[in-house]
Amino acid sequence: MYSLGKILVGLGVFAGLVSAPAWYGLASGSKGTPPELEKSKEGKDCIEPAAYMRAKHMELLDEWRDAVVRRAEHVYVASDGQHHDMSLTGTCLRCHSDPAKFCNKCHEYAGVDVFCWDCHQEKKRGL
Amino acid sequence: MRRRSFLKIAGLGVAAGAIPIARALGRASSTQAAPGAATGKRWAMVIDEQKCLTKQGCTACVQACNKFHNIPAIPDPRHEIKWIWKERHENVFKEAVTPYTPAEVKERPTVVLCNHCDNPPCVRVCPTQATFKRPDGIVMMDEHRCIGCRYCMTGCPYGARSFNFVDPRPYIHGEPVDYPTRTTGVVEKCTFCAERLGVGKRPLCVEACEGTGCGAIVFGDLGDPNSAVSAIVRSHQELVRRRPEIGTSPHVFYIL
Repeated sequence: MYSLGKILVGLGVFAGLVSAPAWYGLASGSKGTPPELEKSKEGKDCIEPAAYMRAKHMELLDEWRDAVVRRAEHVYVASDGQHHDMSLTGTCLRCHSDPAKFCNKCHEYAGVDVFCWDCHQEKKRGL
Repeated sequence: MRRRSFLKIAGLGVAAGAIPIARALGRASSTQAAPGAATGKRWAMVIDEQKCLTKQGCTACVQACNKFHNIPAIPDPRHEIKWIWKERHENVFKEAVTPYTPAEVKERPTVVLCNHCDNPPCVRVCPTQATFKRPDGIVMMDEHRCIGCRYCMTGCPYGARSFNFVDPRPYIHGEPVDYPTRTTGVVEKCTFCAERLGVGKRPLCVEACEGTGCGAIVFGDLGDPNSAVSAIVRSHQELVRRRPEIGTSPHVFYIL
């Protein structure tokens, strides 16, 4: 063991760098609490249970996209048997009327880019 | 423990563990077609140029399509987005023009759009299957998958595809409708109003043309012998398709 000291110092620097984000978080005093999201104005349940939506909404929307665009299917039969029109603007925005207060807020917190609204309309208008 | 009994117990354990996993994977939800969705074996369109000529300067079909599909009005012709538009007759049917064709025939405005070919070159060259042919003949576009390579635009012999070189949103005039806009870097084109067929409505250009009392555009299912398009295709011997010699088999027919 010729360079035990150097190795230990190196390991220490490495551990410090790797854990830097945690230290930074502690030092800046942010508690990491999830953002307050706007509750649905219609006050009813989502198309699937909230826990499922929280964890799997991206998979659900992927499936909606393929169903509507590629298989010409427009109706989603939820696990409770209810039928819904598979439309981001038409169905999701009926309750979550402002993506800035719902989708974007959580996505910013999680650091995940959401680009649905580059094309899909953020406000339901009609026609 | 003997090897035999160990394997038995291990096998049972794996099977028991697989049940909750299979339950979690098995989904209670599903997707299906909307009630009353328009279904066809082979969608097709017939455009009657003579009827269209009776209404000089009419652009009802183009206007209806542009408004509903949030098509931007970009002044720079290099960046134009077009789904359905009017083109000079001599550019649409080059083979039908002779040195003696009168100027007024050459200049006739002719309605053009994606031909929804039986053998679409655009689909063949698309590396991501962003554009694909549906079983009912519609050549569909999935903007989500488009990587903007523009092979399809090179492949299409009819120039029916447009590329978003710039963000289209600033060029959409009036209040946008619910139909998604496109974004920089994707190709777009006419989809025979697939989103409307899916909920039992007919293409907008057809309805708009009927709305003017002209009825120059007829749409329907060639697989249904009783449909209006089937009747026209059977009864008109002078039906023309654009560039049939290249073997794409377009399904937009013209009565010249």
